Amino acid sequence: MSADVGLPAERTRLAWRRTLLTLTVVLLLQLRPAFTGRVVDAVLAGVAILVWLVVLAAAWRRAAGAGPRRLGRLSMPLTALGAAALALLGVAHVLGRVH
Amino acid sequence: MAKRIIGAVWESIKRWFDPRELRSVGSTPDYRFSLANERTFLAWLRTGLALVAGGLAAAQFLPPLPLAHLREVLAVGLLLLGATVSIRAVDHWARTERAIRLGEELPASRFPAVLALIVAVGALLLVGAVLIRGTTP
Repeated sequence: MSADVGLPAERTRLAWRRTLLTLTVVLLLQLRPAFTGRVVDAVLAGVAILVWLVVLAAAWRRAAGAGPRRLGRLSMPLTALGAAALALLGVAHVLGRVH
Repeated sequence: MAKRIIGAVWESIKRWFDPRELRSVGSTPDYRFSLANERTFLAWLRTGLALVAGGLAAAQFLPPLPLAHLREVLAVGLLLLGATVSIRAVDHWARTERAIRLGEELPASRFPAVLALIVAVGALLLVGAVLIRGTTP
C-alpha cells in the first residue's frame, strides 16, 4: 500500500476541527450582546448555545474519528443547518435592535 | 409550478438527511473521494461561517454609518449570504456524492462565480462609501 494510508482521514478530521472551532468563534460573537441586560438578547444567546450543542453532538464523533468506516452522515446536514441557524439568529438580533 | 418547486426542495432536503438513500445508488467509491468531497463541504461551510462572523462583527463593532441603517443592511446581508453558503454547501455535497457513486460528471455550479461577484461588488461599494465620507467631513 502507498504511504498515504490514513492521511485523507486525518486531513478530514482536522478539517472538522477547524470548522467546529470557527463555529465556536461565531457562537462567542453571538453571546456578546447577551451581557447588555436585555431579555431578548439573553434568549437569543440561549438558543445559539443550544444550536451549538446540537452541532457538537452531531459532529464530535466525525471530528474524532473520520474514517472510511465511520461515515456519520448526519453530521454534514446538521452542521450546515446549525451554521444557517446561527446566521438567522444574528439576523433576528439585528432586526430586534432596529425597532 | 410552486408545487413542483416545493417538491424538488423537499426531495433535496430528504437527500441531505437520508444516508441510506445516498448509499444505495451506484457503487461505493474509493473512500478517499468521499473524504475529499467532505473536506470541500467543510471548506465551504467555513466560508459561510466567516461571512456570518463578518455580519455579527459588523452589527456589533461598526459605529452607526452616515447612511441610515447601512450598518444593519450590511450585517443582515452578510448573515443571509453566510446562511445561503452553508445550505448550498450541504446540497452541493449531497449532489456531488451522488454523482461520484453513479460515475457521472460532477455537478457544475455558477454559485462560486456569483458569490465572488457579490463579495467584490459589496467591497467596491464600501470603498466608495469610505471615499465619499473621507472627502465630505
